[in-house]
Amino acid sequence: MNEEELQHHISQQFNIELRELRNQVLGMGGLVEEQLTNALIALTTNDQQLAKRVYSNDYKINALEVAIDEESTRILARRQPTASDLRLVMAVVKAIPELERIGDQAERIAHMALQMSGEPQAKHFVAVNHLGEHVRQMLHDALDAFARIDVEMALQVMREDQKVDHESDSVYRQLITYMMEDARAIPMALNIMWSARALERVAAHSCNICEYLIYFVRGKDVRHISLEQVEQRARQAR
Amino acid sequence: MLPPVSPLPLGEGPGVRANPPSTIITEYMTQNGTTLTHGIDFASLGRSEPILSLDNEDLCVEVKNLNLYYDNKQALRNINMQIPRRRVTAYIGPSGCGKSTLLRCFNRMNDLVDSVQIKGQILLDGNDIFDPAVNVAELRRRVGMVFQKPNPFPKSVYENVAYGFRLQGINSRRILDEVVEKSLKGAALWDEVKDRLHDNALGLSGGQQQRLVIARAIAIEPEVLLLDEPASALDPISTLKIEELINELKAEYTIVIVTHNMQQAARVSDYTAFMYLGELIEFGDTATLFTNPTKKQTEDYITGRYG
Repeated sequence: MNEEELQHHISQQFNIELRELRNQVLGMGGLVEEQLTNALIALTTNDQQLAKRVYSNDYKINALEVAIDEESTRILARRQPTASDLRLVMAVVKAIPELERIGDQAERIAHMALQMSGEPQAKHFVAVNHLGEHVRQMLHDALDAFARIDVEMALQVMREDQKVDHESDSVYRQLITYMMEDARAIPMALNIMWSARALERVAAHSCNICEYLIYFVRGKDVRHISLEQVEQRARQAR
Repeated sequence: MLPPVSPLPLGEGPGVRANPPSTIITEYMTQNGTTLTHGIDFASLGRSEPILSLDNEDLCVEVKNLNLYYDNKQALRNINMQIPRRRVTAYIGPSGCGKSTLLRCFNRMNDLVDSVQIKGQILLDGNDIFDPAVNVAELRRRVGMVFQKPNPFPKSVYENVAYGFRLQGINSRRILDEVVEKSLKGAALWDEVKDRLHDNALGLSGGQQQRLVIARAIAIEPEVLLLDEPASALDPISTLKIEELINELKAEYTIVIVTHNMQQAARVSDYTAFMYLGELIEFGDTATLFTNPTKKQTEDYITGRYG
């Protein structure tokens, strides 16, 4: 399955509808990515304006979720897609809520940034900054994999998720140390901890998007199995 | 009195856990020799096993190395397949791919065409139907057929259904009444025609006529029912009634259906065969074939792409 084969329907109109659907998903992905990036900048640079903007932009993502859902339903009703077309629509229908939830997590991080006005110290952000960069890259690659229909890239993202899990564990541990050192740091440390938790969720949602991509391309359901099994199934000849 | 609640076995003292969560997870992973992503192994649900498999089926018809020529033109190329008993098997494929030709082989309707040459075997319950000793009329009694256009005889509804029995020399009113009622009920037509059994069958609607023809076919209790585009001349509601009927009939009969309507094949059949240019390209359980076909040709056809 590649980009070009998607467009070989006898019905040109169907080609257009599927292309539009994919474009809308990628557009939504871009918006979500931007939201996450801005939320992280707002958190680490204590930019209240930016945090407010992230906060007030979330409705756009929600609106896109509803619009793409409607479009998918319309395609299912009117075209009764089969095989890879059906899997594409299913993958889209499943990936959209994941994107919407990533948007919610970005909003949550922005919320933390708003709460922390005036007090943060740079040393507390080093760890979460690194985690944030890592997760942002994962989301970017997941969307890229979706755009390029690239299974190998999706697998790479899923491998990264394990690293993110370890990394967020060590962020938690570090923050616990700060809290034990100085009880006055607890409110702020908790805020950062919630942000780290939000980032960990973003990584997990990105992973799920990759699972749907593998389902679309290979026709194999790779949810809830170990990474080794995922790789094995994704590489099996169809 | 309830017994006192025992303390939780987790942790050594208040507030401190013996193992941080990551250690527990690492232990779990080492035990199982796998890396956890975010869940348990759901393989126990057995969801990747297809529910239908030819391995578990009782076979009714078996086609072996079947080649068919109209004069010098080859219409079927080395077909090998098995049709399971009491299941619906659908053939799909573009016009001229040989699916109707193959269907007509199952009750030797092609014998009526002069220029036909058939090589290979079709086994019905293990016996070759092309064996010279086979009585073709008897074969066609066991393998009934319904065509695209409803073709009731210009007689009463009753006589249409009773025809097969009269042909066998059975004229007992009691037996015929019983057979007519049973067959019309089997074809989901009884309620609509019970008050006008002796009206001319040509006065029925297209959908009713088609069900009447199916009633006529099942009156003589065949083993296999061949349906050649049974709903293509009908409106959507009649089509749904025929599809519903197919679903009921498969409890007793082996049904083979040829259809141009892929959604119909997807709805009614248990197994689907895709044919192209006289070859059997792919044959498998319907759910898999329509969600995840193996061959690119199948994919292109069912998704409406040009190759």
